[in-house]
Amino acid sequence: MSENEFNDKNYELQVRRNPQSLLEEYPRKGTNIKSTHYCAGCGHGILHKLIAECMDELGIQERCVMISPVGCSVYAYFYFNCGNFQTAHGRAPAVATGISRAEDDAIVMSYQGDGDLASIGLNETLQAANRGEKMTVFFVNNTVYGMTGGQMAPTTLIGEKTVTCQTGRDPDYAGHPTHMCELINTLKAPVYIERVSLANPLKIRLAKFAIKQALTVQKEGKGYSFIEVLAPCPTNLKQDVKSAQEFIENQMEKEFPVKNFRNNLYTKTPIERPVSDFTTESLDKIFNVNRDDKKRYVDDDIKPISIKVSGFGGQGVLSAGLTIAQAACAEGKHVSWYPSYGPEQRGGKSNCSVVISNETIGTPVVDDIDILIALNKPSLEMFSSDVNEGGTILYDAHIGEFEIDRNVNVIPMPCVDIAEEHGNAKTANTALLGGLTELTNVLKRESYENAIREMFASKPKVIDVNIDVLKAGAEWIKNNS
Amino acid sequence: MSNQMIKGNTAVVIGAMYAGCDCFFGYPITPASEILHEASKYFPMVGRNFVQAESEEASINMVYGASGAGHRVMTASSGPGISLMQEGFTFLAGAELPAVIVDIMRAGPGLGNIGPEQGDYNQIVKGGGHGNYKNIVLAPNSVQEMCDLTMKAFELADKWRNPVIVLADGTLGQMAEPLEFPTEAIKPSEKDWAVKGNKETMDNLITSIFNDFSDLEDFNYKLQEKYDKIEAEEVIFDEYKVEDAEIVLVSYGISSRIARSAVDKSREKGLKVGLLRPITLSPFPTKRIKELSDKGVSFISVEMSNGQLLADVQFAALRKEDTYLVNRMGGNIIELKQVLAKIYEICGIDEEIDTARKNIEKDIPNIID
Repeated sequence: MSENEFNDKNYELQVRRNPQSLLEEYPRKGTNIKSTHYCAGCGHGILHKLIAECMDELGIQERCVMISPVGCSVYAYFYFNCGNFQTAHGRAPAVATGISRAEDDAIVMSYQGDGDLASIGLNETLQAANRGEKMTVFFVNNTVYGMTGGQMAPTTLIGEKTVTCQTGRDPDYAGHPTHMCELINTLKAPVYIERVSLANPLKIRLAKFAIKQALTVQKEGKGYSFIEVLAPCPTNLKQDVKSAQEFIENQMEKEFPVKNFRNNLYTKTPIERPVSDFTTESLDKIFNVNRDDKKRYVDDDIKPISIKVSGFGGQGVLSAGLTIAQAACAEGKHVSWYPSYGPEQRGGKSNCSVVISNETIGTPVVDDIDILIALNKPSLEMFSSDVNEGGTILYDAHIGEFEIDRNVNVIPMPCVDIAEEHGNAKTANTALLGGLTELTNVLKRESYENAIREMFASKPKVIDVNIDVLKAGAEWIKNNS
Repeated sequence: MSNQMIKGNTAVVIGAMYAGCDCFFGYPITPASEILHEASKYFPMVGRNFVQAESEEASINMVYGASGAGHRVMTASSGPGISLMQEGFTFLAGAELPAVIVDIMRAGPGLGNIGPEQGDYNQIVKGGGHGNYKNIVLAPNSVQEMCDLTMKAFELADKWRNPVIVLADGTLGQMAEPLEFPTEAIKPSEKDWAVKGNKETMDNLITSIFNDFSDLEDFNYKLQEKYDKIEAEEVIFDEYKVEDAEIVLVSYGISSRIARSAVDKSREKGLKVGLLRPITLSPFPTKRIKELSDKGVSFISVEMSNGQLLADVQFAALRKEDTYLVNRMGGNIIELKQVLAKIYEICGIDEEIDTARKNIEKDIPNIID
């Protein structure tokens, strides 16, 4: 509807009819489909109409999605002639986030009462506001729970009587009224925040102006807008028309000042969201998938081998294990790598299991170890008893003497010295890996080298050092065992 | 196809993205956080949506919103977070919205610890929220399946308009194995029931409200019919050497890997042991277990929970006799020797297995978050 039409003689008739964005009849209601389920004197009907008129006037009806969570407005979907969601108590702003992120062009509105928004849904309310989600929230503040039967709301005034504060709200026991506009106004993201009142016809006209501004924020894709509406609930507050009006004007408006808190409609730039890319090419690119590589599992005859690498966190225990696994993967072997580490980033206990096989691997957690690589004393002592008869323990010689009374090949290796000689002490784990390449022929040496190149692809400087140390480690084993 | 060493948690994100999921909402929790990390990295790279929600309640309700808008959407969490999501699960089921939720189980109850466990079985398989609803539940046991079953989950969710849970555990999430990537990326098709904020869908409504008691009763019957069809059409299980087995291990997820090793070890001794691995826990392979039960096999439920799976095996087998439990809890992984000890006991083999020395992994992870 254009501005000129407002002056048309037919306008008077039009205001009596429902706007197009409200249905003429309410079949979803089931019975009495010509009237709403709201009580006489309730504010919801007025607010529904104001919102729908603004939807008409802004030409956004088809783009609108109305969310009705729990409260008297749980059935808002009976009335609004647009896409509708009904949701769980208090969760409308989260649902709105989901809709808005999925469908950027949708105009998402949530319509919530004071229990829903300011009590059970306070977190969702503030967080969605803080993220500046593209949504308009209509907050109906009537100081009382409606649908559930008149209980105290977060917005109930001091001294106000409800069924759960029968002698009046006492701040020492039930706290103070929650000021939602003021709370949301502490956040940076919201574009438009205003509190309006439905106490009299003039205030209702002013409320409509605010609603239209708030929805314009959505029409232009600019972000979050919040309208708090002071509304009458004559049924639960046991008021007649006159006393309901007086209650809003003389008590509610004193506690909850009616005013605009923020209007950045004209300065805020629209939020642009990207379009989802569903192509195989794009996914292959981000995951480095090479579809020309036809390599599959190789069915060669190897004896399955279980390796445990252990030490302190920060010693490169997990990455040494991953290097072995990577090498096995590249050769088309079945392989599993399973890490176990303490909570500390550095200094905690750390170990990983690597199983290499020519067939599907059962348990990835190694209890019976063929080769144990130990970088510190506690793990050497802890895991040595799990090493199989005929197995091997390769450990950092700095740990000192270690003996075992079974048929196990125990090799103390000066891995730190080797690492320092050919690179730096940090590559001691790689020196032990070099040792491993000589102790088992299950994988080719060059596979370890390629794995190192792959693992350090983002740090090319350390590749050569690690490969040198790997070779030196292998050489040491050849000469010393 | 070029295989890459991929962690289980990453494989979930890969599967989701190739399945056409373009909305991820989640909240950090160990040991599922890596899914969140990887989603935050990869989704925006191809213009897809990622939001770190303020809570698991918010995550699952964001899922509700994006699903109602017709998108393929997911979230991932672990026990304590999954408990918080139960409200969302029942609303999704009630509004018949498709969604994929990944549960990387940790040890409970309460905050428990971050070690692997399978104690969420009942909560996930039996529903968990209020009302007469069921989830579809898929249980991967390898990194490859973490990817493949996540893709399958999206297919089933859309097909049946029902929440689908991928039920894995901390071990599967953390371990790495070679992953063969999906052959192609799926572009999801439009859903005519969705509410998208456009002319075509403005008459649609997403709701779980039925004010009329009889209408709601009819809807409940409709749901049960749907679950019956799902049970008739979607049961998936894997059998390993079950054909001539006298003892059948029933196990899913990481436990089934250990059970598989136990089958191999037992067969080396000439014992007729097999493994039945439910891949769908809901619908459960009830019929197959009954068939085996009628053949008179012994069942051992190998699980990292307090007999939750065993109860379903007994219910399907229609007997309690000759059914056994081998389990660990509290973050400990079942050990091969535990399973073997039970098999030998049933077979009357007198072999010394030292089960007293428990797995030492247990004193390692001890943080809570």
